[in-house]
Amino acid sequence: MVAGGFGVGKTTFVGAVSEINPLRTEAVMTSASAGIDDLTHTGDKTTTTVAMDFGRITLDQDLILYLFGTPGQDRFWFMWDDLVRGAIGAVVLVDTRRLADCFPAVDYFENSGLPFVIALNGFDGHQPYTPEEVREALQIGPDAPIITTDARHRADAKSALITLVEHALMARLR
Amino acid sequence: MTTPGGHPYGGAQQPQGGHDQNRFNFPSAPSRPVPEQNPYQHQQYGQPQQPPYSQRPSQQPLRGSQPQAPKAHNPLVRPYAMTGGRTRPRYQLAIEALVSTTADPARLQGQLPEHQRICRLCQEIKSVAEISALLSIPLGVARILVADLAEAGLVAIHQPGGDESAGGQPDVTLLERVLSGLRKL
Repeated sequence: MVAGGFGVGKTTFVGAVSEINPLRTEAVMTSASAGIDDLTHTGDKTTTTVAMDFGRITLDQDLILYLFGTPGQDRFWFMWDDLVRGAIGAVVLVDTRRLADCFPAVDYFENSGLPFVIALNGFDGHQPYTPEEVREALQIGPDAPIITTDARHRADAKSALITLVEHALMARLR
Repeated sequence: MTTPGGHPYGGAQQPQGGHDQNRFNFPSAPSRPVPEQNPYQHQQYGQPQQPPYSQRPSQQPLRGSQPQAPKAHNPLVRPYAMTGGRTRPRYQLAIEALVSTTADPARLQGQLPEHQRICRLCQEIKSVAEISALLSIPLGVARILVADLAEAGLVAIHQPGGDESAGGQPDVTLLERVLSGLRKL
């Protein structure tokens, strides 16, 4: 999973390593406040469409890794729940200028127990804060790796994924 | 998410349910059927194997024409009309479950247009997510249609591997393969 706040570069990250152009799948849901499941008036306010971008990496003849960018709106937790099962882990992209945007994702993964890494996406190549400063600001324990990345670059995105899988492997072996 | 060559199962087998029915229940799907309004469909009740493809009466003829993909903002077809109002698949399909067509092309004649489109797309293996995206079908609907096809024995489904004792998370062997694969990229 690739998570983070709106506009932090999730789809860019997915596109950087995916072998296909990121695709978009949509789910239709009734609005949470409606309380009843009535699709009679599809098209007006009783339904909401949640979009999710994803990419694919074929790792072996019989092994395909899918990268799902979480829906930008954090309130669509049900889609996250759907993704977590079977997931290796999550890359939480962080724009250090808008640190608070990643709080919901970090909280979510801490609660679900899914391994995650924090990837500081350096906009315009700038990394104004060190990983340790961010760790302190986010109150993240020593286990979760914090790395810097540039979501536009394939090598960076690949490296972030490797860090994540290594972390997930360590977590399983612990 | 990873999908190794898992356990293909065809339509003849029993669903894998029973372990935790809510695992992949997708709350995007309303929990009750779509209220039926199309008068053409009443005669179709009792035929769940052939969910009617309903359109509003002013649209194209009910059958015999290629359906248009639902538009993103003003769908011509209500999402769950394609599924005959059903909002729960028979199988609990993972979003990354892989689907490949096993049916002979001749068998596709007479299938519903959406089922035919999925079968044509899945001549090369595709995930449920890709089916949804490439055919512009909402995810919950794609899950139901794919489950129909699996039950009819027209597609094989490869559910993702996972360690059931660890809540479905990938096991160590799988993680090692993924790591090795990523490093070789």
